Amino acid sequence: MSDYISHDHEHDGIDRRGFLQCMAWAGTGLLWTISGGVLASKTLAEIAKAGNPLPATDLSFLQISDSHIGFNKEANKDVTATFKIALDRINAMPTPPSFLIHTGDITQLSKPEEFDTFDQVLKSCRTKDVFYVPGEHDVLNDGGKLYRERYLKSVEGKGSGWYSFNKNGVHFIGLVNVLDLQAGGLGQLGDEQLEWLEADVKGLGADTPIVAFAHIPLWAVYPQWGWGTSDSERALGYLKRFGSVTVLNGHIHQVLQKVEGNVTFHTAMSTAFPQPAPGTAPSPGPMKVPAEQLRSMLGLTSVQYKQGKTALAVVDSNLS
Amino acid sequence: MTTATPRNKKIALLCAIGMLNLSVFALGGQMKDVDSTSSKQNKIEIKDFAFNPQTITVKAGEKVTWINRDEEPHTVVSVEKQFKKSTALDTDQEFTITAGSPGTYTYFCSVHPKMTGTIVVEK
Repeated sequence: MSDYISHDHEHDGIDRRGFLQCMAWAGTGLLWTISGGVLASKTLAEIAKAGNPLPATDLSFLQISDSHIGFNKEANKDVTATFKIALDRINAMPTPPSFLIHTGDITQLSKPEEFDTFDQVLKSCRTKDVFYVPGEHDVLNDGGKLYRERYLKSVEGKGSGWYSFNKNGVHFIGLVNVLDLQAGGLGQLGDEQLEWLEADVKGLGADTPIVAFAHIPLWAVYPQWGWGTSDSERALGYLKRFGSVTVLNGHIHQVLQKVEGNVTFHTAMSTAFPQPAPGTAPSPGPMKVPAEQLRSMLGLTSVQYKQGKTALAVVDSNLS
Repeated sequence: MTTATPRNKKIALLCAIGMLNLSVFALGGQMKDVDSTSSKQNKIEIKDFAFNPQTITVKAGEKVTWINRDEEPHTVVSVEKQFKKSTALDTDQEFTITAGSPGTYTYFCSVHPKMTGTIVVEK
């Protein structure tokens, strides 16, 4: 299943060393499946290698994040190529996901030509429906105008671009926490968006599965590096009455997760370059790994949530 | 200080010229201003998601230049919107402003708002 498991002291299929190796790579795709209101994820490689079709589920979708098209520094000189690899993996899936969610930082510098490249490469993806939220790299100089013109066509974007939609009984909420940031602060949703959120979920039954997604983590991953959202507590306050809440984020280019009551928080890897684990480097800038290692470290990290278990299982596998 | 000697020489020269001719001294004064501005490096390096130095003290009329040494884009934005904001600075890109009225100006990176800095402008 995983090419990385060499030590498995816990007999849980999780090898800490292999996990850390995989953490240092870029390029990911997690397949999320919702069955009976419970959300779980598997690596694409796991599914593709096994050759098994997905178990019958109500809904499957895929999160992809932080493609950073236009980045060309040491950490990965060809982020378009690794983005393509991620799309190839999606295309190789026996059962394609219903749609993709891109959790931001499509581009490195919000340049029109970077968005163009992304759109062009994405055309090769068999799954056509994509839902976006912006990363700070997508809204650098124009407050997100260009981003909104391009990526909110299939949704009813409110304010600076937040929205919600329903699929197969699941309520999805795309939130924007990368605009109008305050000096000294973190990611921010803002009053207008929070008021909208409160009203958006008001009429929903507590048994409606909720998936909320945003670029910057909606939990305090590491505030010293700005990895958190200042007013996320208020947002979660509106969601805590629901029986199943899954929060999907990007931004930190590594898998981290936390379970708090009925809320599962999860961050995805990037398809562009890795970033250091919280506090392990002078800054959260792109993490360089030797070029020959980069390819072998291309892989997937999946998180599985099994019904009746509170702990999440992390499984890593490379893409080669 | 490497700039002290030429500057002292220039001041001495200006004084000499000034004694000879007042109008030339006025021109010399202007030159001296230009010289003091260019010799003082009001440079703020952006590295490891920080402005360095975090606080800089400059004279009114002097230029202040930021240079981004990170592989991550950063911006320079006045908290009170007291000076024009930069566009996103890519690696090795610079941004320059001219210090205006004396006072304390705080600024931050609107992409990574944890990054803050202060410019103290003196007369």
